[in-house]
Amino acid sequence: MSARPTLIAGGVLSGTVLALAALSLVWVPHDVTALNIAERLRPPGGAYLLGTDQLGRDMLSMLMVGARSSIAVALVAVGIGMGAGVPLGLMAAAARGGWLDEIVMRMNDLIFAFPALVIAILITAILGPSALNAILAIGIFNIPVFARVTRGAALSLWTLDYIRAAELAGKGRARISAEHVLPNIANLLIVQATIQFSLGILAEAGLSYVGLGAQPPTPSWGRMLAEAQTMIYTAPRLAILPGLAIVLTVLGLNLLGDGLRDALDPRLRRAAR
Amino acid sequence: MILLRDLGLSLHGRAVLNGVSLEIGRGEILGLAGESGSGKSMTALAIMGLLPEGAELRGHLRLNGLDLLSLSDRQMCAIRGRDLGMIFQEPMTALNPVQRIGDQVAETLIVHGEATRAEARRAAARLLHRVGLPPERFPPTRYPHELSGGQRQRVCIAMAIALRPQLLIADEPTTALDVTTQARILDLLKGLVAETGMGLLLITHDLAVISGLADRLAVMRRGEIVEEGPAAAVLAARKHPYTRALVAASAHRPATPPPLPGPPLLEVREARRSYPAAHSGLFRRLPPHRAVDGVSFGIARGESLGLVGESGCGKSTLARAVLGLDPLQGGEIRLDGDVVRAGAAMPARLRRKMNAVFQDPYGSFNPRHRVARLIAEPFHLDGRPSDAADRIDAALEAVGLDPKDRDRFIHEFSGGQRQRIAIARALIARPDLIVLDEAVSALDVRVRAQILDLLADLRARFGLSYLFISHDLSVVRSSTERVLVMQAGRIVEEGATEKVLHNPAHAYTKALLSAAPKLKEPD
Repeated sequence: MSARPTLIAGGVLSGTVLALAALSLVWVPHDVTALNIAERLRPPGGAYLLGTDQLGRDMLSMLMVGARSSIAVALVAVGIGMGAGVPLGLMAAAARGGWLDEIVMRMNDLIFAFPALVIAILITAILGPSALNAILAIGIFNIPVFARVTRGAALSLWTLDYIRAAELAGKGRARISAEHVLPNIANLLIVQATIQFSLGILAEAGLSYVGLGAQPPTPSWGRMLAEAQTMIYTAPRLAILPGLAIVLTVLGLNLLGDGLRDALDPRLRRAAR
Repeated sequence: MILLRDLGLSLHGRAVLNGVSLEIGRGEILGLAGESGSGKSMTALAIMGLLPEGAELRGHLRLNGLDLLSLSDRQMCAIRGRDLGMIFQEPMTALNPVQRIGDQVAETLIVHGEATRAEARRAAARLLHRVGLPPERFPPTRYPHELSGGQRQRVCIAMAIALRPQLLIADEPTTALDVTTQARILDLLKGLVAETGMGLLLITHDLAVISGLADRLAVMRRGEIVEEGPAAAVLAARKHPYTRALVAASAHRPATPPPLPGPPLLEVREARRSYPAAHSGLFRRLPPHRAVDGVSFGIARGESLGLVGESGCGKSTLARAVLGLDPLQGGEIRLDGDVVRAGAAMPARLRRKMNAVFQDPYGSFNPRHRVARLIAEPFHLDGRPSDAADRIDAALEAVGLDPKDRDRFIHEFSGGQRQRIAIARALIARPDLIVLDEAVSALDVRVRAQILDLLADLRARFGLSYLFISHDLSVVRSSTERVLVMQAGRIVEEGATEKVLHNPAHAYTKALLSAAPKLKEPD
């Protein structure tokens, strides 16, 4: 473990964000819905660790609650992507060049062909802006990513002799996929999930920046950035803090993904020894 | 010319080579034989200066009096390729798949500053011609995937000899090739040595390969040279017990039980299977490739039938059809009277009657399952029996393993042990027929002999039938009663194994037999 700085740095960064978000469920330093104009634009320190915004809300509390919605949106979006994409990819690989494989992969191409954020904006514009619709929009674009990764990795496993042995034992394709293929590509999927997770956080920030994510008064990192824009010269802190939160979270998750890949790949593990 | 004296090597503190002393002169072929893990490849890498990280080398290593161990990485780079050439077992991975073969050969010349680009191109074409790839049939603009395994190995040889090295190291150069191809590559190497006067270090686990080629022979075990001398003398005298064991193992013949009377267990009639061919042009397709073309044969209960042919002859396609993994497009396969159909159409009751052991001991098992679960897989066919645990133990004992091994993972076992586990898995549902698809081809001779003994023993004990598929005639000779010879999807010769091998009728069988390297029996 001591030889894996990437994994540790990533774990600590992501863990801190996660812990702060979890903490905000039970306790925050100040109420984020209460406006207190008398305390507006306080510098960091004293009762307000990171200062207050233009409406007198505590920045630290806002960031903590905002992390919650970012993480929730990204988590569910990755869940949708894996839940639909992984079975589709396994099915496509099991069909090995059959019509099912063709249909699944061409539909993937179709989704890939659209710019993700534009379609996400379209979906939220039609269904109305809310955190739920943002989740849906980001989740749909995760499906082909997971389907593709799953199919590619599963295809190479299907040529191995232990799959032959399972076929000889009369096991069906679905069962072989669940029992022999999925556990052996799980490490790849976990890594992909951390990458998609960080992309989901970015996408959520982007959507709420243009006002299509979580709605006020629920704080979100993206909207904090958008609102701070007008005060960038008077109080740059208001834009820097949520920006820093996004950067550190995404960085932490990417490091975690890299670290996990090295830790879970037996070939790399052997080389490290 | 090259001299190794008291060479010792340790990897991460573990001793790999110990006091290795060898000498190779100009125009001399030294054979280095031993089992996998004996350190023969490490010797080659030590000479090339290509040892992995954590390696510590002691002793003397001299090329024409120049101390190779004292050279820097940079100086060694200049010597590699120029004075020392090397070819490997797997010619596909040794070539860059996206570069033309002519360019790959030319690159060696350009990198070492021996020629301009145009000169190098011409030299490359000459070299490819010399190694048996004449430009009119194999232009240097071909890509590696357009060549067969043997032709790729020729390209590797052309690259290795481009700068006329003084020493060529060939590490199992023909192990991945068919017998006929192997014979031609060995001929080529011998011709090149005679012509250029380079030394050749030929590394192999197969003593038969060395016996026809090497001037001198060194036998290696656990990082030490146990015997060394003129090849003919070493093979004739067999002074060291290990040499004796190696020779005995490669000519090993297990006792075979007679087949049981009664109707045949497996009947294959006029089996046909073809694959759609590649497109030629936009709409035209070439006629489909007939992998199996009207094949008929039968296997009696308790009989072991050999199926021999080069790679690509259709024997694996036939095996897949027999096992009910792929459908036939014509003809019929019956097992015990019932028609074999591919996929879900095949009832579990029928599927239970056969199983298979495959070639690759490393790809045959799910690395995440324990042994007990791996070998119990066929129980899926007709439900896990109440005495499953006892049967798993019994199967492990039957193949010579300890029942305590049931809770271990597959990476804890050696290649030979894995093949035993594969046999246990094939046995556990008590089948009548086991298809052995190159099941011992990846194993060292001594391990191979043990597995062949085990298979013969199991056949006698359980009344099993085998379909024994191999490209290696010596394996088939020792463990089958009858043999089929397959070429381009058809059976070209069939008969009692002894008769076919001693008195072949078909030209292809004769070619296969004469190509196979043999160890001469001492008089």
